Amino acid sequence: MEYNGGAIIAMKGKGCVAIAADRRFGIQALTLGTDFQKVFSATDKIYFGLAGLATDVQTLLSNRIPSPTPPFEFTSSRPIQSFFLKTKADICSEKFRMKVDMYHLREEREISPKTFAHMVSSTLYEKRFGGYFVFPTVAGLDANNEPYICNMDGIGCITTPNDFVVSGTAENQLYGMCESLWEPNLEPEDLFETISQALLNGVDRDAISGWGGIVHVITPEGVITRTLKGRMD
Amino acid sequence: MAATATTLPKGGFNFDLCARNEMLANKGVKLPKTTKTGTTIVGCLYKDGLVLGADTRATSGPIVADKNCEKIHYLAPNMYCCGAGTAADTEFTTNLIASKLELHSLATGRQARVTTAMTMLKQMLFRYQGNIGAALVLGGFDVNGPHLYTIYPHGSTDKLPFVTMGSGSLAAMSVFESRWKNGLDREQAVELVKDAIEAGIFNDLGSGSNVDVCVITKDNVEYLRNYRKPNERQPKLQSYKFERGTTTALTSDFRKFVDVVEGDAMDMS
Amino acid sequence: MNGNIEHRFSPYTDNGGTTLAIAGEDFCVVAGDTRQSEGYLINSRYSPKVYHLHNNTVLATGGMHADGVALVKRIGQNLDWYVHKHDKDMSAQALAQMLSTILYSKRFFPYYVWNTLGGLDENGKGCVFSYDPVGNFEKLHWSASGSAGHLLQPFLDNQIGHKHQSNVEHHLLPLDKVLKIVKDAFNGATERDIYTGDFVEIFIITKDGVKVEKHDLKKD
Repeated sequence: MEYNGGAIIAMKGKGCVAIAADRRFGIQALTLGTDFQKVFSATDKIYFGLAGLATDVQTLLSNRIPSPTPPFEFTSSRPIQSFFLKTKADICSEKFRMKVDMYHLREEREISPKTFAHMVSSTLYEKRFGGYFVFPTVAGLDANNEPYICNMDGIGCITTPNDFVVSGTAENQLYGMCESLWEPNLEPEDLFETISQALLNGVDRDAISGWGGIVHVITPEGVITRTLKGRMD
Repeated sequence: MAATATTLPKGGFNFDLCARNEMLANKGVKLPKTTKTGTTIVGCLYKDGLVLGADTRATSGPIVADKNCEKIHYLAPNMYCCGAGTAADTEFTTNLIASKLELHSLATGRQARVTTAMTMLKQMLFRYQGNIGAALVLGGFDVNGPHLYTIYPHGSTDKLPFVTMGSGSLAAMSVFESRWKNGLDREQAVELVKDAIEAGIFNDLGSGSNVDVCVITKDNVEYLRNYRKPNERQPKLQSYKFERGTTTALTSDFRKFVDVVEGDAMDMS
Repeated sequence: MNGNIEHRFSPYTDNGGTTLAIAGEDFCVVAGDTRQSEGYLINSRYSPKVYHLHNNTVLATGGMHADGVALVKRIGQNLDWYVHKHDKDMSAQALAQMLSTILYSKRFFPYYVWNTLGGLDENGKGCVFSYDPVGNFEKLHWSASGSAGHLLQPFLDNQIGHKHQSNVEHHLLPLDKVLKIVKDAFNGATERDIYTGDFVEIFIITKDGVKVEKHDLKKD
């Protein structure tokens, strides 16, 4: 995990969930990229992030096409709606995409966040004695729009708390932030502020995470995606 | 045959990445931490059956990874199993054996016996030479009455009237050794198990949060999740909610979900 | 296996615990939990690691408890000698420099202690000095160290330093607000760090002297 660095958080809100990650790609102390993607969507309402070794992150779920974020000015209280719809194939790929698609074809229904988490967990535990160096985080809404978040250790042990989960090299810093900042029943816009502040302040005290951030807030109506301004050192 | 994109793996462990990981380890990549259940788990027999108990803290090094995890796992309708050690191992091992027991009782048409579960678990753990880090307390009631076992990661087992396991086992055992006796009633047994777990929670740093209890009798199981919550968090002195617009965002995008209510039938001609 | 095992005495142990310090306009707050532990064992639920020194400063020590006690004793003796020689109390700034010198004098057999020193400067403003075990130090406005130092530091950056808050005016917080943040910070740290808990002792330094508050933390 200390090889590439990185930080991921997921939080529950009132009828919504949020997942946030930093954007750094580096090898040990050397920063090579500031637009690395570690959060992907499995379905419309399930997003998942992988902290850990970058090669494994991409083996498990690299994008075929990087998800485009149209650049325009941000106005705070009124997010501009773009009706740009991505197809599933654009969003999540490799190992987990195959498994999600197989589930879809066999069961003829969309996978639920809980089922998806257990699929990821089994995939990791299969390699109990020589595994991927990744620490997955799942955030999503189920068929009834109930929020679901969880994360795992490197061999698939799931934790499903009611508040938040964190992972990555900035784990300790993020625990401290979230433990103090998080409160129940945050509306999507408030949840965005809380998770963003937790991320930005947390990664500033970790040498190998940061360089900007990305936040997805999943609500029953749609997904708010924002990139954050962070320190570039 | 190597698994291709179209064949799903058959099951069992996969060792494909071992060679790569050894190479990475030699290059100085640190191996990842796993979630452990530092844990206090206990069990004791009483007049009409047995009581299992567990704390609910999972740790990753010195950090609490889960404040309210479940360590009493289901094995069969008449059997439950507490797990200590590597959290993923206890979770998956008990799940696997639970499936095998279900198939076993369907095949034999009988309720599975506790000794069967114990044998399955110890044979599996012995086969992996302690590499599956699961330390278990197994309890159940079958045709031969109540049974209580401890199973160690290397596959050895004990059968005793009161047992403890995990990093808080000494604290819990001190309670059992001073207060357990033959022929306790249900209320006394639950109280004793609760006190044993609380001894672990307060005196062992690897254990914490709440007390889970499971009472197993001849025809009944009572799973008392969060039977006691001696460690509720104090309310925060102020709210840390931010004013909207506090965070500087560079880009913002809203992807709206579209409900496809009805579509035209596909032209099949 | 060749059967040769080397047995060695280690002079160091980590007794855990967390400390923090925050400087205000005309006050300084220094706090620390009181749990003293070793491995998975609690040695003591009330073993203070924050010390009120004679000259209206407060020193928080984290790391090895015995070294902290020895260090504080040595500083106390030095402070007394200073009064005898100069007929006045040592200033916080002077003590800060002296502490660094003491720590560096043991560069190759250090005190295994992470110090945070809080006091008032020559203008009566709050000041905080943070140290590593061999005497590197820095004057700061807020600092957290110890086993949950990593958890608290970004929280202080955010709440005391208003970092990453674009619409907030930067200002020093009043004492009551700081105390709330300190207590909430320790409650949060206790939730996640197994070495932090039992009680938190908060020292409030003003020109009138030092007041101490003690609050309960979770005991698990």
